[in-house]
Amino acid sequence: MKVKNVTATSLRFQLDQISALEAESIFIIREVVAELERPGLLFSGGKDSAVLLHLAAKAFAPAAIPFPVVHIDTGHNFQEVLDFRDAEVARRGVRLIVGSVQDAIDAGDVVEERNGSRNRIQTPVLLDTIESHQLNALMGGARRDEEKARAKERVFSFRDEFGQWDPKNQRPELWNLYNSRLNHGESIRVFPLSNWTELDIWNYIERENVLLPSIYFAHRREVFDRHGMLFAVHPFCQPRENEIVRTEMVRYRTVGDATLTAAVSSSATTSRAIVEEVAATRITERGATRGDDQVSEAAMEDRKKEGYF
Amino acid sequence: MDLLRIATAGSVDDGKSTLIGRLLFDSKAIFVDQLDSVEKTSHERGSEYVDLALLTDGLRAEREQGITIDVAYRYFSTPNRKFIVADTPGHIQYTRNMVTGASTSDLSIVLVDARKGLVEQSRRHAFLVSLLEVPHLVIAVNKMDLVDWSQEVFEDIRREFTDYAARLNIADVQVIPVSALTGDNVVRRSENMPWYQGASLMHHLENVQTASDSNMVDVRFPVQYVIRPHNNGHHDYRGYAGQVASGVMKAGDKVVVLPSGIPSTIKEVSTADGPVELAYPPMSVTVRLEDDLDVSRGDMIVRPNNQPQVAQNIEAMICWMSDKPMKVGQKLGIKQTTKSTRALIKELRYGLNINTLHRDEDATNLTLNEIGRISIRTTQPLLADSYHKNRTTGGFILIDEVTNNTVAAGMIIEAS
Ligand SMILES: Nc1nc2c(ncn2[C@@H]2O[C@H](COP(=O)(O)OP(=O)(O)OP(=O)(O)O)[C@@H](O)[C@H]2O)c(=O)[nH]1
Ligand SMILES: [Mg+2]
Repeated sequence: MKVKNVTATSLRFQLDQISALEAESIFIIREVVAELERPGLLFSGGKDSAVLLHLAAKAFAPAAIPFPVVHIDTGHNFQEVLDFRDAEVARRGVRLIVGSVQDAIDAGDVVEERNGSRNRIQTPVLLDTIESHQLNALMGGARRDEEKARAKERVFSFRDEFGQWDPKNQRPELWNLYNSRLNHGESIRVFPLSNWTELDIWNYIERENVLLPSIYFAHRREVFDRHGMLFAVHPFCQPRENEIVRTEMVRYRTVGDATLTAAVSSSATTSRAIVEEVAATRITERGATRGDDQVSEAAMEDRKKEGYF
Repeated sequence: MDLLRIATAGSVDDGKSTLIGRLLFDSKAIFVDQLDSVEKTSHERGSEYVDLALLTDGLRAEREQGITIDVAYRYFSTPNRKFIVADTPGHIQYTRNMVTGASTSDLSIVLVDARKGLVEQSRRHAFLVSLLEVPHLVIAVNKMDLVDWSQEVFEDIRREFTDYAARLNIADVQVIPVSALTGDNVVRRSENMPWYQGASLMHHLENVQTASDSNMVDVRFPVQYVIRPHNNGHHDYRGYAGQVASGVMKAGDKVVVLPSGIPSTIKEVSTADGPVELAYPPMSVTVRLEDDLDVSRGDMIVRPNNQPQVAQNIEAMICWMSDKPMKVGQKLGIKQTTKSTRALIKELRYGLNINTLHRDEDATNLTLNEIGRISIRTTQPLLADSYHKNRTTGGFILIDEVTNNTVAAGMIIEAS
């Protein structure tokens, strides 16, 4: 029988919202492992995937994480992020599978785009990596608050044999009864952090002391302005003639390709300070830092339909 | 800070997406770059005002047609609450997406266009909300600006809805006159409707009491996964991982494991952070028992004196979600809690007319978006409660074994 009147007892049993999100994500991760034979976790070394890996470790403790992590290396990554990736993989004792965009270019499997961006061509590399390791379910750290096409995606999201997402024909997803049955050739992407916001992620990083690459915290770096955003000087991202290099205190809100991901001015050197900055910010993390989403209004939707994460 | 999950509902163009856009905008949950992009798009379309529906209608096809096709999830918080908002489509063709959004919500906002009053789709959605036993319902009578803020129009709709709702099973209903376009009674109290004395929508959302919505009485712990570390430190460790569906669990509790019925005692309830004193929904925990039993996914840990039915014969209401009609004699996959097995549709007891709530006992099948009462038999027993008593152990989905699609949402009435 439902307890209808509010009692002191029922108030005592109310989970705070970060713990409720954690419980939901752990449930989803366990469901993937229980129902799908060959799962993997997409680990970019970014904050969301660091939180996801942390949750995966908690979901199966004291046992080890029962699946490999996958990294699609564009070859344009920040060295700090690659170092962090390797340290985390070693610390957690998980197997790392790397799909290399550079190798695919060298082998002639994909062709580098004229503007030097490797954002689009990482999709075929991702699909190849999934196929050659026969992974039928990949978990990723994407959140619905990041972008309007992501806001539409199910937690268990199906891809056809070409890795494509059909946003007009998604399976109903009722309660927490996830239907993971795959048709031949289909694969599935699962997003355990669907309901987290950027602020939730930072609150959780602070609460749990989740380790992150150093570039998430304010540090001095050589940067220049491009399209109103702050880009770091990097072997693959050099200033053009009229772009003036200066040294500034910056941090990253997202990490992707060094050629695409911009930094923000910040003096926040701890997760507590970042929580405060994020709570006060008026610009979304992608709006502030991602060149790739500004191509067109439906850039993300188009990339997802092609098989992008 | 707690979490409130909200879903919109109502007929096409009643203003659901606009209302959510307004709610986000007036509570300052919109970021500058999101607003810029929405302003730009509205302007390009020659719209006189900023179309706030574009904040949730994120797919290309939705923007082109000006309708919502699938659920969009949005997030905002106030100092007391975090809100997860599911903006669902009103078009009948996309009812299954509306049900997807409503199934996880604590509160549903059914919009009604003040000019049109209750239409079939408003009734259908209100009925689905009651069938899904969403604990709180708000009827937002929208577009009050287009009926001169008329109290009479509002009262008529309220009366009509109250008559309809009297036959439904909804515990908490609020009716609020709003204009999503102008923002009246959304976050700010309206100056155009001084006759309305109640709370604004936002005020209501912030204050609605949800503490008593979860079932803290009947202990139900569906085993999701068995943790067996293959390392030296934990040779004999055997932990049953899962999410507490209902009730409160602690070390020392006498329990039985279903379906075997073998008794044991809880040795420890823990998370990765260590033992927890009390486990309650929706916590994800790991339970260890004093005895070495054979327990696997799909089993359930409960208290000896408070058990669900171990049942293969199920009476249930279902909402059919496939283009291919449901037929008596059909075999389907079924998933309920962490248990998957097969089911045979034995009987269609009646189909339901949403408008009149009339039961059609001569119905021979259920087509897309139809609701009816069925009787099924499962190949393995389910550990089930009525949905009314327990939203977790009383809900199930049916799966087409050829296409693997989810074809129905089910709510158990009786299990034996
Ligand atoms: N005058 C007036 N127009 C409104 C109001 N609310 C919404 N509209 C208009 O009604 C039309 C439909 O609004 P939407 O928000 O897209 O409707 P919806 O309920 O989300 O539609 P679906 O999701 O497709 O079912 C748009 O042109 C809105 O600008 C209101 O309060 N007053
Ligand atoms: Mg809409």
